[in-house]
Amino acid sequence: MHLTISQRDGVPLYLQIINQIKQLINSGRLTVDQELLPIRVLAEELLINPNTVARAYRELEAEGWVYKKRGSGTFVSDQKNTLSDELCKRQIKERIEVLLTEAHHMNISTDEVIELILNSPRHKQED
Amino acid sequence: MQSADNLIINIQGLSREFDKHKALDNIDLQVESGQVIGIVGENGAGKTTLIKHLLGLYRAEQGSVSVFGLDPVNNPAEVLGKIGYLSEQPDLPGWMTIAQYMNYMSAFYTGWDDSYASNLIKATSLDINKKIKSLSKGQQARVGLCAAQAHKPELLLLDEPSSGLDPLVRKEILSAAIRTVVDDGRSVVFSSHFLDEVERICDHLVMFSKGKIVLSAPMSEVLEHHKILIIGSDEFKRVGNSNIEKLPGLLRVKEKRGEYLVSLNISDDLLLSATDSLSLKIIDKRLMTLDEIFVCYCPEQQAVNGE
Repeated sequence: MHLTISQRDGVPLYLQIINQIKQLINSGRLTVDQELLPIRVLAEELLINPNTVARAYRELEAEGWVYKKRGSGTFVSDQKNTLSDELCKRQIKERIEVLLTEAHHMNISTDEVIELILNSPRHKQED
Repeated sequence: MQSADNLIINIQGLSREFDKHKALDNIDLQVESGQVIGIVGENGAGKTTLIKHLLGLYRAEQGSVSVFGLDPVNNPAEVLGKIGYLSEQPDLPGWMTIAQYMNYMSAFYTGWDDSYASNLIKATSLDINKKIKSLSKGQQARVGLCAAQAHKPELLLLDEPSSGLDPLVRKEILSAAIRTVVDDGRSVVFSSHFLDEVERICDHLVMFSKGKIVLSAPMSEVLEHHKILIIGSDEFKRVGNSNIEKLPGLLRVKEKRGEYLVSLNISDDLLLSATDSLSLKIIDKRLMTLDEIFVCYCPEQQAVNGE
């Protein structure tokens, strides 16, 4: 588990940790039930405040990417089992907000966006 | 007077004048144990004057200063015994060898841990028989840092320790600060011009300008609440300058190449309801960097990277 922190692109530090751990999980470099580095170890290695690491781990846990064992560390979840419906919907909702804002800036109405979605090849495939 | 047990620093209404110049102007600051506090501000903003009050080098003329519940001027032994201090120019006796210096320092602290001290010195790979005056500025800072940590102080006070040092020594200083809070919740006060370092290691940011605290908030909140909105010129005129100026948390409005940049300190929820009520159309919104935030509050001087 190797993470790096960059302070040039303006992404909050805790978010950089979250994104990199998600990538490590998605690419299989962190596997199910593997333990993440303890908070204090990662904080000392990255030279960042331990609360920043703790926050990243907390949010990853809330999103179902990792789980905590009592008296022990933080481990990678088996996502198919842990990502709840509600959580999936929340993530999609966030994406929709971004999409609609962007459309709004381009003077494309929500109705038009819906029409575009219904006409998308992916949607037609599902039918 | 507030007396919470977990407050290691409690400053109330502290003011200080030098030749009618207000170095500190009615400062209130409470620090809980287990935190890393970052103190930033332009040169002469009052950072070092504040730290000298914490060390008992200045007596509070107006207001009160309490460290570990004690007045540092009246209880120097108790207070200084629990503080590890490193400044930009560690004033080390040049004629001593490193070994002599560490031995000399150990006499001041009841909590001095000899084996921890020698581990710290070993990690620097400096020859302990070398005279301090023969060391470079960076090497002297490393010795100063070892001496500041060897009694495992409750409070590590770092007053612009990184100025003029190379990145490796600066990393060692950050690492010492992180270790201090990671080990059993001790605390750090870190004053610096290196805003990227402050952002990395601090829980709480205190920004000084001209002797006043102009911003004091958790670091995560500072970074999430400070944002710049970009508004088109037509939209800006439609809504009207007076309405924009009423936006909560407004810091400044700047026109740039036909667009308006509006800087705010506001939560996302409050911003959304404010822009909704004006049906304000925003071209773009982004978070401010700590450098940009600094310039907003301390406008007369640009953020300096070191000295």
